[in-house]
Amino acid sequence: MTIHEVLLSLDGVEATYNHAIRALSGVSLTVRTKEIVALLGANGAGKTTALKALSGLLPAERGQIAAGSIVYDGEDVTRRSPAELVRAGLVQVLEGRHCFRSLTVEDNLIVGGQVRGLDRAALRSELERIYALFPRLRDRRRIPAGLTSGGEQQMTAIGRALMARPRLLVLDEPSMGLAPMVVEGIFAALKRLNREEGLSILVAEQNSTVALRHADRASVLETGRTVLDGSAADLRDRDDIKAFYLGFGVGSSTAAATTPTAA
Amino acid sequence: MTDLALEKTAAAAPHRASPALLGIGALLIVAYGVLPLVASEYLFDAILTPFLALALAGLGLNILTGYAGQVSLGSSAFMAVGAYAAYNLALRLPGVPFLVDILLAGLVAAAVGLLFGLPSLRLRGFYLAVSTLAAQFFVQWVFNKVGWFSNNSPSGIVTVPPLSVAGLPLDSSAGRYLFALGVVTAVTLAVWRLVESPTGRALVALRDHETAARVIGIPVLRVKLLAFAVSSFIIGVAGVLWAFAYLRTVEPAGFNLDRSFQILFIVIIGGLASLRGAFLGAALIVVFPLLLSRLGEALLGGLFDSGVLEMSQRIVLGLLIVTFLIAEPAGLAALLDRLWNRAWNWISGRFRRTG
Repeated sequence: MTIHEVLLSLDGVEATYNHAIRALSGVSLTVRTKEIVALLGANGAGKTTALKALSGLLPAERGQIAAGSIVYDGEDVTRRSPAELVRAGLVQVLEGRHCFRSLTVEDNLIVGGQVRGLDRAALRSELERIYALFPRLRDRRRIPAGLTSGGEQQMTAIGRALMARPRLLVLDEPSMGLAPMVVEGIFAALKRLNREEGLSILVAEQNSTVALRHADRASVLETGRTVLDGSAADLRDRDDIKAFYLGFGVGSSTAAATTPTAA
Repeated sequence: MTDLALEKTAAAAPHRASPALLGIGALLIVAYGVLPLVASEYLFDAILTPFLALALAGLGLNILTGYAGQVSLGSSAFMAVGAYAAYNLALRLPGVPFLVDILLAGLVAAAVGLLFGLPSLRLRGFYLAVSTLAAQFFVQWVFNKVGWFSNNSPSGIVTVPPLSVAGLPLDSSAGRYLFALGVVTAVTLAVWRLVESPTGRALVALRDHETAARVIGIPVLRVKLLAFAVSSFIIGVAGVLWAFAYLRTVEPAGFNLDRSFQILFIVIIGGLASLRGAFLGAALIVVFPLLLSRLGEALLGGLFDSGVLEMSQRIVLGLLIVTFLIAEPAGLAALLDRLWNRAWNWISGRFRRTG
């Protein structure tokens, strides 16, 4: 694999809510350009908090980054607002595909591009790009997003993020509550973007099978800490990964001891 | 609240041969061309002018509550700020044209709205509603206590100077109505442009899902404050109309919590996040008490005195609001849409059969 420059790196990030509830206690991960990285972990492992931390969303939920550094594109972004990060090309798709229910699918997409201040023609061509990626959305574009299916809402949410032309797309549980076929379709589209446009992707997933099949590398979180880091191909075959999700007694020390050094 | 708006959009989704534009055109012709010629003074003073002022206030609140999803119970405070600001401007800066006064009064109301909108950066829903009550009580109290605002008139009662614009006296019933109509038309047009603009979409995005709006780069705090400012500006202008075109003598007690609720009911009954809704709701709120009193007199005669009237008004209005919230949360606007669609289907069905 060619060596790419580091686009995003988290180093020993600790985070709390209300200065009291500890949510992260040492998350480290890197995403290089043109790479797909999976962030794996069970419920409550801290995946969502980690993603919120790197997207600048913690302050709005009374959360704080207590220690560690988050560097995106060579700059410390621990104190950046989400709007600044979006303009810099770091865009997140929230868990649970939150569309703007009363706006049409197309208006949802348009709002996503708003931050770039596109003119009419540029907006049109950006919309076409999303419709080419998710043809379902073209048929549904006049329907309020709240009345579309779960899969279509996830596509809308991803399309909306893509309208901002991210360099790093961050997705939180895109497979949640969706049929396997739909999940495959969404991952295929993401993979295509990654291959054709060099989009870097960081995706948090509980569904490790799907995530590891498409990712280049993966990090595993347990109780707010990075416990495993390695190439997706290596992690795919390992039984202790499964143990993490099922919660069988593979201690973090054992796991750390067998951690293959990251690529 | 998002569910309501969703239903509204769904109901409006099938596009018919743009009846909206035809309807608006016809309404404007009637409002500007026909009514000034045929309406009586009573119709102007008791129905049309207060209807216009309240519709404008509803329009303003609808931006904040209907579009941006921020609940406010302080609307009549902003009306009061607009009214008293215009009064003081007219009194203390007599050289300034009245149209400029209105604009400045709106800006003063916007500034006050911005100030009381600050809690919205931290509070949501019910808590925000309670904090906007602070605006309601504080403003009313200030106008009562600080004599300067009312030129030291007892209990803050002020009588505004007769309305005239650019040397043209408009102090007849029809003149005041036409003036109000002109202001309401201009503001409505501006609001329509606003809600169709990217900013309008940002307001709805904020209402539907604040965090999702934040992740796609909408400056949520700025948009919230903007909603408060624009909404208060419009409600302030509505206050100017209320004082200068409708009552001509106002007191702080007239801008009480009841009036704030009245404006909120206009928005709920008319239809959240709908421009027509504000007008439909205001029409209902203005006409309904008059109808009720006529009806009561006809049915009960002397038994139906003003006490009974007020009581029955409250009861019926309360029932109406509950009914609307349950049966048609998207308000009169959605109700009319549905009726229109049904009528259109029926008509086009006929056509097909005969033709």
